[in-house]
Amino acid sequence: MKGGTGHGVSARRGLRPRTRRSRSRFRGLGAAAVGVVLASAALAACGTSSASTGPVTLTYYLYPDTSAATPTAVKACTAQSGGKYTISYQQLPLGSDGQRQQLARRLAAKDASIDIMGLDVTWEAEFAEAGWILPWTGANKQQAENDTLKTMLETATWNGKLYAVPDNTNTQLLWYRSDLVPTPPTTWAQMIADAEQLAKAGKPHLIEIQGAQYEGVTVWFNTMVASAGGSVLTPDGQHVSLGPPAVTALGVMKQLASSVAADPSLDVQMENANRLAMEAGTAAFQLNYPFVYPAMKADNPKLFKYFKWAPYPQTVPGQPAHVTIGGIDLAVSSYSAHPQLAFQAALCLRDRANQLLGATVGGVPPTIISLYNDPKLFAAYPFHADILQALETASVRPKTPSYQILSIDISHLVSPPAGINPAATEKTMASQLNNGLQSKGLIP
Amino acid sequence: MSTRIETVAVGAAAEAPPKGRRKLSEGARAERRFGWLLCAPAVIVMIAVTAYPIGYAVYLSLQRYNLAFPNLVHFVGLSNYGAVLSSKYWWHALEVTLAITIISVAIELVLGMLLALLMHRTLFGRGTVRTSALIPYGIVTVAAAYSWQFAWTPGTGYLSGILGQSAPLASTIPAIGVIIMAEVWKTTPFMALLLLAGLALVPEDLQKAAKVDGATAWQRFTRITLPLMKPAILVALLFRTLDAFRIFDNIFILTAGGNGTYSVSILGYDNLFSALNLGVGSAISILIFICVAIIAFLFIKGFGTAAPGSDYLK
Repeated sequence: MKGGTGHGVSARRGLRPRTRRSRSRFRGLGAAAVGVVLASAALAACGTSSASTGPVTLTYYLYPDTSAATPTAVKACTAQSGGKYTISYQQLPLGSDGQRQQLARRLAAKDASIDIMGLDVTWEAEFAEAGWILPWTGANKQQAENDTLKTMLETATWNGKLYAVPDNTNTQLLWYRSDLVPTPPTTWAQMIADAEQLAKAGKPHLIEIQGAQYEGVTVWFNTMVASAGGSVLTPDGQHVSLGPPAVTALGVMKQLASSVAADPSLDVQMENANRLAMEAGTAAFQLNYPFVYPAMKADNPKLFKYFKWAPYPQTVPGQPAHVTIGGIDLAVSSYSAHPQLAFQAALCLRDRANQLLGATVGGVPPTIISLYNDPKLFAAYPFHADILQALETASVRPKTPSYQILSIDISHLVSPPAGINPAATEKTMASQLNNGLQSKGLIP
Repeated sequence: MSTRIETVAVGAAAEAPPKGRRKLSEGARAERRFGWLLCAPAVIVMIAVTAYPIGYAVYLSLQRYNLAFPNLVHFVGLSNYGAVLSSKYWWHALEVTLAITIISVAIELVLGMLLALLMHRTLFGRGTVRTSALIPYGIVTVAAAYSWQFAWTPGTGYLSGILGQSAPLASTIPAIGVIIMAEVWKTTPFMALLLLAGLALVPEDLQKAAKVDGATAWQRFTRITLPLMKPAILVALLFRTLDAFRIFDNIFILTAGGNGTYSVSILGYDNLFSALNLGVGSAISILIFICVAIIAFLFIKGFGTAAPGSDYLK
């Protein structure tokens, strides 16, 4: 449009001498050419840095670890390699969506500058199916599986092959106030009844759980379905399972949402808001990860005296809960130039010493079983026995390359939890997840 | 300056061209040919950087193509479009986008006009006034969106505090209200600037003559200023409508599309980059492109004789 008026003006004024025009155009082209040359030189400089002689540089992409644990482990493993490799720690974005998007985008373009990467336990199927990560075999596989939590190995397995080595893990416990509830409830029904009693007595009574529309609410739903004896998908990950256990699970979630025990801001709550509500003294119960324990100790020493933990409550009385497992697995890129060294480095990064460091300095529970009996862990993890039990009986989120789609569908159907209509929600979910498995349909 | 005013003022008269205009003189034809030659490099570059990606997006939109299933890529015809158009998420996104577009552009037009009249009449410090009015437009949208987000977050935000620790970003309608406010705050200066350029085209003599004839200020505004400004107003509306329809950054920062606040662009982004579904994501992008084309077409029709470049096209 601007061109149109411009033409009119210049036509009226007549053309300027041609030579001047062409010269100015040439100058523009010259500047562009210089820019291109400079940019390609800069790119070339990036590419050659790892090709120099001496130890091979292995790039390690992991979430940003604010503690000293990861940098220390990286240094230690570089030293232990005896000059074979140098590990360079590159931080991924803070949010897990951003982490996955960056890795997926680069791996889809066969980016060779990633050697080792920390994958959330829900990405392995997707990355393995797409051919972005290498399977673990032989001695490496044996070493990876030795003394490692079975449930975490399951998250790293796709189509019968191991695609990653578990690094750290996490799961939820029930945290409660012993001054309000002397004996912790063992079932959801009992917990909600306890909370209603406390409410009648005018005492702090809220049950804190993750109800916002995000991954956390999917985790809650998965825990509830698994604890009711069901699963979201069939074991092969090809079909939707759900059914009566899912209806039971949705029923309990709805029951909480419509009782006085629910936090008024349940619909927007995530882990940290849950922690703050409990620290502020308005809640009696909290379903959350162990990070709440040192936080309570630091933030509210008075309440900390009554701050106790218990196993996650049962969905169906008599059936122990299967809490959803979380954590990070280390995988080696299919486009790495030094896969064998990368496997070795990954094993070193998650070895006993570095996992102990991660647990005590970084605050992430280890995946090596025997570490839970190591007295060095007891000070930071007084709940080590309960968390180990929860981890060994934990449930795994649906294993499928379409996990992200399924998770978004689930979180939109179960949040806000007050909007659940157990039988109808199960039906809608089954049809939406079925579409998701076939990459049909949209995600919101 | 005087010639430009003349062009606009007598634009309507010039629209009925004499029949002889088709016959171009030898010189004019050479000039036109030379013009095309000068344009050619730009046209070739534009085709390379726009036509190719658009064509590739059309091609992708006809496939089942999920990055996570590289072995299952195959041609599926128009079924991705069927999936999008039969999805309630698409229609919800379209409703949200249209609501944001219509409301924000309407508010911007009124505020922008007031601001433009103010700047036009400013007698001293004109440069300073214009520069300071432009500041919101100069601020990076993402940075501005973050400051709105903090302002509306209970606990840290002053705006949330004023309204009794409310959390408007946590529910649909208030969140869309905040998004519209952030858009209006940011782009009103742009609207004002475009309108100011239009105001400069209104000859002072006409205003004075009308005043002498006893026209009130309102009559002078509606009978003289507005009709003469029509081309400028339509250009401003077209730019802002197209911009507002493609809204992404403000929503991405403020709510990330949560709680039903996603626009069509956010929906496309989520399906392309979160679901890695290139097929459905491309279909959404093509549909957005078609919507934008329709808006542009309607505006050009609405411009009628005032459409920029229409004298040139004849």
